[in-house]
Amino acid sequence: MNTTALAAFMTKEVRHILRDRQTLTILLLLPLAMVVLFGYALRSDVNEVRLALVDPAPDYATAALRGRFAGNDRFRIVATTPTTARLEPLFRRGDVDVAIAFEPGFAARLAQGTPARLLLISDASDPNTGSTMQAYAGAVIAGYQAELGSAGGAVQIVSRTRMRYNPTLESVNLFVPGLIALVLTLVSALMTAISLSREKERGTLEVLLVSPLRPWQIILGKVLPYLLLAFVNVVTALLAAWVVFRVPFRGSLALLLVASMLYSMVSLALGVLVAAVTTSQRAAMIGALVGTMLPNELLSGMIFPISSMPDWLRPVTVVVPARWFIVIARGIMLKGVGLEYLWQAHLVLLAMLAVFLVAAIRSFKARLA
Amino acid sequence: MRALRFLLRKEFLQIFRDHVILGMLFVMPLVQLLILANAATFEVRSARLYLVDHDHTPMSRGLTDRLAASGRFVPTAASPSPARADQAMLARETDAILVVPAGFERDLVRDRRAEVQFILNAEDGAAAGVLQSYAGRIFAAYSAELSARMTPTLASIGARAELPPRRGRPVIEIRRRGWYNPELEYLDFMVPGILVVLVTVVGTLLTAMNIVREKEAGTLDQLNVTPIRRSTFIAAKLIPLWSLALLDLALGLALAHFAFGVPVRGSLALIFVAAAIYLLAALGIGLWISTIAETQQQAMFVTFSIVMIYLLMSGLFTPVRGMPVWAQWAAQLNPVTHFIRLMRGVLLKGAGPADVAPQLAMLMAIGGAVLTLAVRQYRKRAA
Amino acid sequence: MTAVIDVHELTRRFGRFTAVDAISFDVKAGEVFGFLGANGAGKTTAIKMLIGLLAPTSGRASVAGFDVLTRAEDVRRRIGYMSQRFSLYEDLTVRENITLYGGIYGLTDAEIRGRGDALIDELQLGHASVERVAALPLGWKQKLAFSVALLHRPAVVFLDEPTSGVDPITRRQFWEMIYAAAARGTTVFVTTHYLDEAEYCDRVSIMVDGRIGALGTPDELKREYGDATLEEVFVRLARPAA
Repeated sequence: MNTTALAAFMTKEVRHILRDRQTLTILLLLPLAMVVLFGYALRSDVNEVRLALVDPAPDYATAALRGRFAGNDRFRIVATTPTTARLEPLFRRGDVDVAIAFEPGFAARLAQGTPARLLLISDASDPNTGSTMQAYAGAVIAGYQAELGSAGGAVQIVSRTRMRYNPTLESVNLFVPGLIALVLTLVSALMTAISLSREKERGTLEVLLVSPLRPWQIILGKVLPYLLLAFVNVVTALLAAWVVFRVPFRGSLALLLVASMLYSMVSLALGVLVAAVTTSQRAAMIGALVGTMLPNELLSGMIFPISSMPDWLRPVTVVVPARWFIVIARGIMLKGVGLEYLWQAHLVLLAMLAVFLVAAIRSFKARLA
Repeated sequence: MRALRFLLRKEFLQIFRDHVILGMLFVMPLVQLLILANAATFEVRSARLYLVDHDHTPMSRGLTDRLAASGRFVPTAASPSPARADQAMLARETDAILVVPAGFERDLVRDRRAEVQFILNAEDGAAAGVLQSYAGRIFAAYSAELSARMTPTLASIGARAELPPRRGRPVIEIRRRGWYNPELEYLDFMVPGILVVLVTVVGTLLTAMNIVREKEAGTLDQLNVTPIRRSTFIAAKLIPLWSLALLDLALGLALAHFAFGVPVRGSLALIFVAAAIYLLAALGIGLWISTIAETQQQAMFVTFSIVMIYLLMSGLFTPVRGMPVWAQWAAQLNPVTHFIRLMRGVLLKGAGPADVAPQLAMLMAIGGAVLTLAVRQYRKRAA
Repeated sequence: MTAVIDVHELTRRFGRFTAVDAISFDVKAGEVFGFLGANGAGKTTAIKMLIGLLAPTSGRASVAGFDVLTRAEDVRRRIGYMSQRFSLYEDLTVRENITLYGGIYGLTDAEIRGRGDALIDELQLGHASVERVAALPLGWKQKLAFSVALLHRPAVVFLDEPTSGVDPITRRQFWEMIYAAAARGTTVFVTTHYLDEAEYCDRVSIMVDGRIGALGTPDELKREYGDATLEEVFVRLARPAA
């Protein structure tokens, strides 16, 4: 085996990467920026609900409820109006989130014991936040009603709910694994594909293929520096997540790093494959983008849960490598489990690695034939 | 201006001869839309429920039945051991665990209050929250049903229950309405966002790569040596992609409406006017990127990173009002924020020009600023 | 004879590195001027300043009577350029390239058609004129680029290594085209590494380390240095720097 040739080749690759300062800076800083930015900014929780009140016949009950909402930090009353006419424009402009319209004679009906009606309208264009805000408003109203009702009132089944593995439903805890997958894909698949296809386009790859270096050595030499870079990225992202957001880390760091490298290698192999089958640099770029980044973001369960996807789409996600990595990463970070539960996912990744690698080497061999 | 005509002809010729660009313009966005429309939902289908019932009474069974009857929860396993339930959750075999303590029915009848433990797998995040509110509603409904059952006729009171007659108990009846999306369709919310992504990526990425490609090939130098003015050159580069991005938007909207049933309640003209203005910013950013990137690889990389960040920070998938204050300020400078708000307003709520005037104004201001800066940055002669 | 290119103490620095160091020379109308120098001697930088792609750090130059720094647009209207990397559009046809550049330089539709036809005839492209440029062999591409650079009848045409990689017969044809252009009154400013070609020039200059090491007709230089060929003169001058 020609180790000096391989070493020389790898040194050249590293120099290449180091020289492209712009790309290198982005590659190193991006994971950091993403973790920090998204950690702070991407939340599904709602801080403030803008409330409009329609009160045609104000009385002590409606005043009391109004007071409840006014005193509640979560709500901000943006309009009080006697008719519902003003509601439409407010909602259309997006100036209000929730509206409560009281029926006239509210307090009177309450005193009589007949149901006092109110309309709780929420802007449901975002179904998620729409339901949440409605639930908040409903809770305030229910609280008021409970106060009114004497003891011996309604039956209550109280549920103590626990959110396992992520008690505070911190969004950041959830997407850090996905973020790592994204960054790894970017560095491994995309950069490798571009780098290899550039050599192919320039013709320097032919020179390499004719040299004593075997195809697998060429691939290895191309791929190792990016593997190193990927490793640095994972560590950076994890560090940032831990330092800035105290993202939990209940499992084995070593296993996570190993899994990250495994996933990285799968992406690298994919990148090589893309470079091998495309004819130009641009096509390689687009191919890598479409073949790796896109499925990773959409079908890996990173943002959109796989359990929510329609039945026909779920099997498709099985071939997306990132899907398995996210299972592993979330398992390790949030649940603290190890190989005993994650062996299947690891096996799948290993199998994918083998398949892609063999395909990639085969297609490079074909060039020589 | 005659030179512009010749340049435009060349640009269009090149675009339509380039299979890769055509693919990116027409195939990729539509495929993306198709996949996203199906994948992009946080809706929770049925969740697997693990029962740990220590009570085994009609009321505890009643609770379980209600949960199962809702269609949201599917009882898949039961056991007396909470530990085994935990294991099942660790192994991803169940999504929720209901633990009913012994004495559940007794507490309900005697104290009118009982506790249960409801454990959800929050590994995937959003699903847990949604399940919690489903369950909450089911618990509340069952509570109300039990209340009604245990109250009215004194004659039916058994030996155990002693209930004071109730009359005039204050009851607030809430009628809920979700405006603009009564079915709580995620699609309606997501698709406008997806369309914005499409248009942005096409506009920014293709502009950047297009110009850098000429830089790499050397034809840019050739053009810089000619007497055409900088503004002419830039107009020739931006106009084709601007019009094609708008075309893309039209195709996407058509697909969204006819294939996915996304409503179009407002004026289409308004949307296209807004898109035309928004694209000024998107293309401007692409132009700016082309001045700092030397190779197509760099162009793609930088574009991708920048676009990804400002797309996600714009309230596309998560509400702007959920962000910390500094991020909200940043979002105001982000043209996507305004465009997506406008799109959703017009498509889902039927908003009119008066309603979205503030967004239009911001789009114009930002677009103008970005484009001016980018044009200034582009120089025919290196300093 | 008027100087159609007039360069005075032209300098260009990149940080602390001086690529072009206060060069001065002039080129007269209708001359075929060979601008020689080893790789990295500063030739391309100098040319880029003359055609307005790079701003000088100090010194001045005028081309076709206009200052390159302050009247760049006027200069651009009167020059043609053929870059080192082939710079016609490979994915457009011959005709389409001609139409494009004709239109850019303000030729009327009739002129574009007429001169385009003449160009295609002269190059004997025939039906290849509707093929994409990418399909042409290198020699034809270079000749085409040259002709397109002359389409708008500029006063000066700048050629940066126009015959690299081209076979000897095509090179000879190329130089015939250069002479024809010069005979029509176009000044030709050409850089080349083929020193046998340099012998064809009216005058040459040799750049060494950012400075003009020699300037004169090929015969003058050969006499001055006592060498039989320009190549020997070149090697003598350029080697200590290499």
